[in-house]
Amino acid sequence: MINSHDILETINMIDNENLDVRTITMGISLLDCIDPDINRACDKIYDKICRYAGNLVRTGEDITKEYGIPIIHKRISVTPIAMLAAACPSKDPVHFAKTLDRAASAVGVNFIGGYSALVHKGFGPGDYALIESIPEALSTTECVCSSVNVGTTKSGINMDAVAKMGRVIRETAERTADRDCIGAAKLVVFCNAPEDNPFMAGAFLGPGEPDCVINVGVSGPGVVRAALEKAGDCDITAVADIVKRTAFKITRMGQLVAQEASRRLCVPFGIVDLSLAPTPAVGDSVAHILEEMGLESCGAHGTTAALALLNDAVKKGGVMASSHVGGLSGAFIPVTEDAGMIAAAQKGALSLTKLEAMTSVCSVGLDMIAIPGDTSAEIISAIIADEAAIGMVNSKTTAVRLIPAIGKNVGDELNFGGLLGGGPVMEVNRWAPNKFIHRGGRIPAPLQSLKN
Amino acid sequence: MRAVITVIGKDMVGILARVSTVCAENGYNVVEVTQSILQDLFAMIMIVDISNATAPISEVSDKLTALGDSLNLKIHVMHEDIFNSMHRI
Repeated sequence: MINSHDILETINMIDNENLDVRTITMGISLLDCIDPDINRACDKIYDKICRYAGNLVRTGEDITKEYGIPIIHKRISVTPIAMLAAACPSKDPVHFAKTLDRAASAVGVNFIGGYSALVHKGFGPGDYALIESIPEALSTTECVCSSVNVGTTKSGINMDAVAKMGRVIRETAERTADRDCIGAAKLVVFCNAPEDNPFMAGAFLGPGEPDCVINVGVSGPGVVRAALEKAGDCDITAVADIVKRTAFKITRMGQLVAQEASRRLCVPFGIVDLSLAPTPAVGDSVAHILEEMGLESCGAHGTTAALALLNDAVKKGGVMASSHVGGLSGAFIPVTEDAGMIAAAQKGALSLTKLEAMTSVCSVGLDMIAIPGDTSAEIISAIIADEAAIGMVNSKTTAVRLIPAIGKNVGDELNFGGLLGGGPVMEVNRWAPNKFIHRGGRIPAPLQSLKN
Repeated sequence: MRAVITVIGKDMVGILARVSTVCAENGYNVVEVTQSILQDLFAMIMIVDISNATAPISEVSDKLTALGDSLNLKIHVMHEDIFNSMHRI
């Protein structure tokens, strides 16, 4: 028998604490669309996406109505396009981006990820052209997201790619300067990129994945914060326990939605991504969870420890609730998408250096951070290198999604609106890393023993 | 197959009758009703059997949401699986 307390608790989570399933992402392999004739390849891509994902949005809406659970986004991730570009190296890969954009509009999803290249050990055919084309692709499309993997724990960091991505990020921001540099918000640089991530902008379908798969990303920072608030003055052991219990419930909901979507679409269920993904909405903030634990502001000393606790407890609670866990799994800390992070950055409590420390214990990395418009490409590359090194050494995913705010400086604000939010331009360290970045080459893979 | 209908808002005459009418019109058999006062709000929970429903749950959900809006109440219709999966191991 379902008891009324449980029912009212669930209703309260949805109505007042922003509980939702953040995204159902359909992964579609495009390996069978590879063709030396780029026009034919694009036709095959468009047809396959429309055929496989034609019912995705409607199915998501049906599940929302029947189960009463908001499903915020329906999205698509595809095979890294650099693999398709490899078959037609002399052609402009932007054709692929425009095809993806057209297919995304046709099926009604709001983002499609996979304008990507995996270059952690070196550039293959197609990779170079795709990376060069990112600024144009992101400035001439609406829904396409791009990612580049520049390092892994097993292969080290490709510093040539790191140097290149600093320039690509700047150019992408410059080309979309009239729209608050939004192009850069759709571009992620990874170390140890997961192949089954359902979250944008970094979603792509890795080559080891099936032909088509459903991955689901859950959310619920507001629910965790409210549970901690209700608990009052308990000790840290109890805090971890409350987070675990709450994460379990959130993830069970995601698992149910994933299985139901998989059944209705006749597509295998892949993974549930156990993430606490904030939105700019009040009451949907990861920073506010850290503050509920007892920090005056996110960014204060103690933030890294609190985040480590949170991230670990979310995983422990979530793992038991789902049959397959994957993706990024953990707490996200995107500055412009989190009301608490925005407030902390505005009042000077949260700095880029503190964020970097936080990324060593949390889910992703330096995410959605506006930096001064005159920041050099070398400094951006150096920030990427630092972040990739944290991921490489700690065997975890790290990512960088920086938005150079062209024409703006510290104290100014960017405003993307919607889920991408907006926030203050944050200061970066201006000492030049130029010579280090221009050396090129690769940082060798780190030892996996003798760990200290 | 069962669903859970929850009605939350300010208490008033005839809430149960109106919600039950929508249920009856769509072949939902009311199995159980509990009512309580949550802080100063009225909360009613109905468990309904939808095995012989004559309309899909999404359609009934739209009707009840509209009814709720007209009475300034929050009405949710949710498949019982959601509660079983969230609150049972």
